[in-house]
Amino acid sequence: MREDLSVAPLAPVRLEAARRSEWSRGWRRFVRYRPGVAGLVFILLLLVLAAAPDVFAPYPYQEVFRGMRGAPPSWSHPLGFDHIGRDVLSRIIHGTRVALIVGLLATGIAVVIGVAVGATAGYLGGVVDAVLSRLVDTLMAYPLLVLLITLAAVLGPSLVTVVVIIGLTTWAQYARVVRAEVLSLREREFVLAAQAAGAGVGRIILRHIVPNVLSPVIVIASLGIGGVILLESALSFLGLGAQPPTPSWGGMLADGRAFILTYPQIAIAPGVMISLTVLAFNLVGDGLRDALDPRQKDVQLSR
Amino acid sequence: MQRYLVSRVLQGLLVIFLVSVGTFAMMHLIPGDPISLLIGEAHITQEQIDLIRARWGLDRPLHEQYLRWVGNMARGEFGESVVRSGVPVRTMIAEAASVTITLNLVAFALSVALALPAGIVAAVRRYSLFDYAIMVSTTVGVALPNFWVGLMFIVIFSLVLRWLPPFGLPGWQGYVLPVAVIVSSQLALLARLMRSSVLDALGEDFVRTARAKGLPERGVVLKHAVRNALLPIVTVIGYRLAFILSGTIVVETVFALPGLGQLFIESVNRVDYQVVQAIVLLLSVLVVLGNLATDLVYGFIDPRIRIR
Repeated sequence: MREDLSVAPLAPVRLEAARRSEWSRGWRRFVRYRPGVAGLVFILLLLVLAAAPDVFAPYPYQEVFRGMRGAPPSWSHPLGFDHIGRDVLSRIIHGTRVALIVGLLATGIAVVIGVAVGATAGYLGGVVDAVLSRLVDTLMAYPLLVLLITLAAVLGPSLVTVVVIIGLTTWAQYARVVRAEVLSLREREFVLAAQAAGAGVGRIILRHIVPNVLSPVIVIASLGIGGVILLESALSFLGLGAQPPTPSWGGMLADGRAFILTYPQIAIAPGVMISLTVLAFNLVGDGLRDALDPRQKDVQLSR
Repeated sequence: MQRYLVSRVLQGLLVIFLVSVGTFAMMHLIPGDPISLLIGEAHITQEQIDLIRARWGLDRPLHEQYLRWVGNMARGEFGESVVRSGVPVRTMIAEAASVTITLNLVAFALSVALALPAGIVAAVRRYSLFDYAIMVSTTVGVALPNFWVGLMFIVIFSLVLRWLPPFGLPGWQGYVLPVAVIVSSQLALLARLMRSSVLDALGEDFVRTARAKGLPERGVVLKHAVRNALLPIVTVIGYRLAFILSGTIVVETVFALPGLGQLFIESVNRVDYQVVQAIVLLLSVLVVLGNLATDLVYGFIDPRIRIR
C-alpha cells in the first residue's frame, strides 16, 4: 500500500492543483493512510487528557483508599487499585503528562541541535564537518540507555533531567540525515543564487537550507517521539525518571514489578498505555513518511 | 581495499579515544569530590585529605589523571570496587559478563534463525495473510516496551501456568523468559528488514534474468534474491549492537539476572563509580569495534563499497 501512495497521481494538472502548496498536498496524502489518522486521533485525545488531567481523572492521583491495596477493578474504579491503595485509572490519566512532555520536549531539543549541527557541518564542510562528524560518531557509539542511566544518576533524576539528557543525547541521528541532505542542497542553483546575491552563511542556512530539510526531519522526529517515550518509561522503570509522587507510566510499572507476584494486575494498564502511545506516534510517523518523504524506507530508531 | 581498511580503522580508533575522553569527563561531572564519597562522614584533617589525594593521584593536573586512567583501562586495570571493597572490578565484570553473553548469544541466534525465513516468506508471498500478519505484528512489536513484555511473561508463565521461575537463575530455566523477551523485540525488526530487503532484491534486473533463463522460482529466490538481500541485513545487525546491549540492561533488571546490566544498575544506585565507568567504557568500545567489524566484513563481501 505504501508503494501506491509514493507514486504521484497522473491526473491532468489543473490550476487549482498547482496553487495548492506542497504541505497541503502532503496532508491530503497523509489522510489517506488510515492507521496514521487513527494514531493522530489517539494522540489528540492524550493531549486533551494531559492538558487537564484533574478534569478527567475520577480521583486525585495521590488519594489512598484504606483497605484497598491491590484490590481488583470495580465499577467505580475500572482499573483497580495499586499496591498502596490508589486509583490506577486516575494515575494513568495523570501519567499522560510525563510521557507527552518528555516525548515532545526532548525530541524538540534533539531536532534543534541536530538540524543546527547537521546543517553547519554539511554546508561549511572541511574541518568543521570533520570535527562535528566525529562528535556524532562518538555520541552514536554509546549504548544510549547506558549513557542516559549514567547521566541521570550523575545529575540527579528528575523530570527536567530526563528531558534534557534525552534531548542532548539523541540529536545525532538528525544531524546525520540533515548533513547528508545539505551536502547535495548546497550545490543547487537557489543556494548558488543566494550566495551570488551576497547572503551571509547564517542567512543561507536558516532561510534556504533548513526549510528544504524539514520534511525528512519531521518524518524522523515523529517516528522518534515513540522511541523517546520508550526511553523515558525505561528510565522511570529503573527509578531514574520523574520522581514519586509524580505519576509516570514507567514508574507505575516499577511498582508493578515489585508486586508482580501478589498484585499482578497493577502492571497491565501502564504497559498498555505506553504501547498504545508509542504505536500511535509510530503510525503517524509512517503516514508522514509516505506523505512527505517517500524516498525514505524503514527508519528504525533507538530503543 | 587497503586504503579503506586503514581509514576505517583510524576512524574507529579516533572514536574510541573520544569515547574515553567523554566517559572520563562524565565521571568528573559527578557532584562532590571522590574523596568525600570515600571517607563519608568521618572527621579527618586537611593533611590526611591531601595524603589521600596524592595517593590516588587526584592532585595531578587533569590531563595527567586522564592519561593514567586510560592507561589503566587499556590494561584491564579497572580498579577496585568502592562498595564491595577489595573486590577487583575486573572480577565483578567477568562474573556478570558470562550471564549477559549467554543471554544475548542465545537470543540473537534464535532471532536470526526465526526472522530470516519469516522475512523471506513474507516477501515472496507479498500481500498474503502471512505477510499481513508479519507486518502487523512487527508494527505492534516495535511499540512494546521490552520490560513490560517481560512482566507479562512472568504473569503468564510463572504466575498462571507455573512453568518457569519468575526471577533469578536457579538453572537454565531462568534464561527462558529473558531470551523470549529479547527474541520478541529483535524478531519483529529483523523480519521486517529481511522482508523489505528481499522485496528490493526481487525487483532487481538479475532476478528477472534468472527467471528469464528458466530457473525454478525456488532457485531464483534462494540463490539470487536472498543472497543479495543478506548484505544490508549484516550491516543492520552490526550497527544494532548498541541497542541490543541497551536492551539487556532492562531485561536483566526485570528478571533479576546477575548479568552486566544488573551490575550496572546496582553500581549506579550504590554510587560505585569505579564499576560504572568501566562498564560504560567497555560497552561503548564494544560498540565501536562491532561497527568497525561490520564495515570491514561488509567491505569484504561487497566489493562495491571499497571503491570510493
